[in-house]
Amino acid sequence: MMPVWAVAVLAAGTYAFRAAGPLLRGRVRLPGGAERTLAATATVLLVALAAVSTLTEGGAFAGWARVLGVTTAGIAAVRGAPFPVVVIAAAVVTAALRLCGVD
Amino acid sequence: MDMSSLWRTPDRGTVRDIALVCLADALVGASFGAIAVSGGLDPWAPIAMSLLVFAGGAQFAAVGVVLSGGGPAAAVTAGLVLNARLLPFGFAVAETLGGRRLTRLTGAHLVTDEAVAFTLRQADADRRRVVFWLCGACLFVSWNAAVAVGALAGRSLGDPGALGLDAAFPAVLLALVLPALRNRDACVPALLGAVIAVAAAPFLPAGLPVLAALAGAAGWRVAEGRRR
Repeated sequence: MMPVWAVAVLAAGTYAFRAAGPLLRGRVRLPGGAERTLAATATVLLVALAAVSTLTEGGAFAGWARVLGVTTAGIAAVRGAPFPVVVIAAAVVTAALRLCGVD
Repeated sequence: MDMSSLWRTPDRGTVRDIALVCLADALVGASFGAIAVSGGLDPWAPIAMSLLVFAGGAQFAAVGVVLSGGGPAAAVTAGLVLNARLLPFGFAVAETLGGRRLTRLTGAHLVTDEAVAFTLRQADADRRRVVFWLCGACLFVSWNAAVAVGALAGRSLGDPGALGLDAAFPAVLLALVLPALRNRDACVPALLGAVIAVAAAPFLPAGLPVLAALAGAAGWRVAEGRRR
């Protein structure tokens, strides 16, 4: 479930990150390297989330259909396929495998 | 003040690129709405998040944690960690937003990866201002309209498992993160974090494995710093 308070806290925190720079303009400077560290953190989080949601479901293996679907999408993305193709490839391969009895 | 310089139109290439990014983001938004609703959330949740949070990666992260059984606190933490990158972005466009307090407070909500990238690519200040507001406003409208369409259509999609929608979510994340992974320095800690998160998944409550990845990557960075 996504309670109202969770949406509110996420929204307020996000806005605080966004507004700090424009409001403190000229009075405060970010330490050098902060930008790179935060970008690297975002990358780690996204990759971890992609891996967990590809491979696991409720703490157990998610099944081959999903894993192979996401793998197909990953190959398409590396080869420069446009975004919709990447996402549709994942869903189509996974759905087709399930239709064939692979899960 | 010379109005023609204030409202100098951005070049055609930039306008076309902004339109393409809006279109691509609209597809992401529609899939976000559909995935959230087909996973069991009420349509108001993805729609309200899109209006108020307005950050695709964090929205996907938070909803992903919730759909995999994690608690709302873990979902909010994952979203906020992702959005911490908006802090330096805000500083980067602070001069461009300039002027009145209300203008700055409004503009701050439109700070996104895409808007900042387009803005900083412009050489002169007037053009930066026009491009920021154009890109920010167009993205806000297209993103929110698309999420609403996806969320309202998501209900009639049927069984998400049979449609393979559970694979669409990690695919979206991969497509979002891939450009950053072309940087070798970002690659090793990200893969290390992914291994830690997957290994921890059977033992930790949903949502926490992803945060464990951050701890692992931070540890690696400290060790790497000592080696240098």
